[in-house]
Amino acid sequence: MAKMNMLQAINDALDIAMAANDRVLCFGEDVGVFGGVFRATSHLQQKYGKDRCFNTPLVEQGIIGFANGLAAQGATPVAEIQFADYIFPAFDQIVNESAKYRYRSGNLFNVGGLTIRAPYGGGIAGGLYHSQSPEAYFAHTPGLKIVVPRNPHQAKGLLLASIHDPNPTLFFEPKRLYRASVGEVPEGEYELPLSEAEIVKEGTDITVLGWGAQMEVIEQAVEQAEKEGISCEVIDLRTILPWDVETVAQSVLKTGRLVVTHEAPLTGGFAGEIAATIQERCFLYLESPIARVTGMDTPFPLVLEKEHLPNHLKVYEAIRESVEF
Amino acid sequence: MTTTKSKVVYSPVFTDGAEFRIPTFKLLKQDGTLYKGGKKPDLDKEKALRIYKAMVMTRVLDERMLAAQRQGRLSFYMQCTGEEAAVIGSAAALDDADMIMAQYREQGALAYRGFTIDEFMNQLFGNELDYGKGRQMPVHYGSSKLNYMTISSPLATQIPQATGYAYGQKLAGDGHCTITYFGEGAASEGDFHAALNMAAVHRVPVIFLCRNNGYAISTPATEQFAADGVAPRAYGYKMDVIRVDGNDILAVHEATKAARKLAVEENRPVLVETMTYRLAAHSSSDDPSGYRSKDEEAVWREKDPILRMQRWLMKHKWWSEDEEKQLQESLRKEVLETMKRAQKRPPPPLESLVTDVYDEVPPSLNRQFEKLKAHIRKYPDAYPKSAGAVSETKKGGA
Repeated sequence: MAKMNMLQAINDALDIAMAANDRVLCFGEDVGVFGGVFRATSHLQQKYGKDRCFNTPLVEQGIIGFANGLAAQGATPVAEIQFADYIFPAFDQIVNESAKYRYRSGNLFNVGGLTIRAPYGGGIAGGLYHSQSPEAYFAHTPGLKIVVPRNPHQAKGLLLASIHDPNPTLFFEPKRLYRASVGEVPEGEYELPLSEAEIVKEGTDITVLGWGAQMEVIEQAVEQAEKEGISCEVIDLRTILPWDVETVAQSVLKTGRLVVTHEAPLTGGFAGEIAATIQERCFLYLESPIARVTGMDTPFPLVLEKEHLPNHLKVYEAIRESVEF
Repeated sequence: MTTTKSKVVYSPVFTDGAEFRIPTFKLLKQDGTLYKGGKKPDLDKEKALRIYKAMVMTRVLDERMLAAQRQGRLSFYMQCTGEEAAVIGSAAALDDADMIMAQYREQGALAYRGFTIDEFMNQLFGNELDYGKGRQMPVHYGSSKLNYMTISSPLATQIPQATGYAYGQKLAGDGHCTITYFGEGAASEGDFHAALNMAAVHRVPVIFLCRNNGYAISTPATEQFAADGVAPRAYGYKMDVIRVDGNDILAVHEATKAARKLAVEENRPVLVETMTYRLAAHSSSDDPSGYRSKDEEAVWREKDPILRMQRWLMKHKWWSEDEEKQLQESLRKEVLETMKRAQKRPPPPLESLVTDVYDEVPPSLNRQFEKLKAHIRKYPDAYPKSAGAVSETKKGGA
């Protein structure tokens, strides 16, 4: 075990993947000699050469189109989009190409080797274009996998699993936690399973579900709720698509209550999908309406970011309202 | 059938475009004298001083605000340092009613148009007087009265919009054009190509002004494109193009003035590539020591565009050491005083969270807003910026 922050854990995962397989390539804007604007790819170019870790021109649709082609050819590209807010020029390549390569060719071709890494989320005074959580746009696209880690240990294991997974995978990294989240990380190679939620803490009164940076918010809210005798079961969904319905449903069958929280806006957010599915599975067991604690239905603000974000107080309030319903 | 006017050959002939070497237009030497054979610039004293003062104001603002960011008074900042001539020389060649659609490093153009230090500060601190209502990061300025479109962070999105805006101007027939600014990195985005092609096809009065400043964050221009700069791409779209020394205020001004004439009088879009250097870091979040040498920076510091213009002005006796000292001192003082004022002003009202998403706040969002207000009333200590606005005495009227 070694103490690492999330960036170091991600860098370690990339290093291990590149060392193990010379078909693994890392590229994107500024990822070469500079090691990326957040330094997630530090030293990889020095270690593995310019053919395998390099700067691309500044063109997201090009980066992902190029990555699709590389993956179709049999390589394992790990493409970085500098901020998730800037992934949209590549939307066509991801939604119409990455996601449909296998299906449309009758499995003659696939881009399963592809992993796209992108920092996402707010809380860094990033305003409209350095704060968004775009997972729900992509969750509407069968053929993609979407993974979001909550801490360094999870980041390394889930990123290695994403790189090795034979499907195109979007790996959204909570940039607020890049340096803030520090923890013990196993040395060497290990994987954590995709499409498996993790019960982070068992409880009996209510299930509180989230992913990524929101797990820290949940932890704070739950701490407060438990002081008042509310026993919370905390679940990290980890993979947004395809998601682990079973683990969530079993938990809600037990607790009868569910709070889902994410930073992205309410309407069309992935919490809506979870709520719909869980009410189908658990209707007669529900003690209160499934609550969503999310960003507001607005672009991401700057000065009033705190008011906009679903912080621990809002999650705590939702837990209480749910229990007192 | 697709036809071309090119001649026919009977064995395979490849061409790499090497014959299209685009020259660089220069007028002013670093010592403030004109190059031999350089046409005397059409610039009177009044205009020259307006340009110069905007350049100095931009430099002083940039220096002070980066320092303020370093002191933690500001979350973020971006400097125009080294590129003042490229930005201000081109803006000064336009009519003030022409539209400017910039990237994010063109505060000099806004300073030239008359944006006050107060207006800059209000945006930088996102206070109640910020036109953008505290929603965007620092340096995302906008001014409808100065015809300066509000900045958007995603790169190159403004370039095809400039084509569309200018097409509207052409149809309106008021003799105006649009200039759009972007870096050589942003020119790699698909939006750049779409914009140039559409402008050429639809004969749009738009000027595409590329600030080729050598770097896109850490990525040097040599890793951005294999070609000789951005300029040669214009040929592919059948567009007029000129390359100019971006640190040469007189050349930039002359080139852009001629470009504007082509755009407005003949509906010919023009690509202007200004060759310059980003002397500052990409932003306050960046550290160039990780990707370029101090020696390289020093070479370009010697080519300072402001000093070059100052020497030219002094040779004309249009400017003196005393006036320089006075201007520097008064600007520094104004920046510091204005900063204090702007920093003390309250943030935009809580309503600014939900207004302008649509023309009117939809009922669903209004419900979310009411819920937020109730929440803030319950936890006023957690929301110091807005607690006052929802306190019981102001309930309903906030």
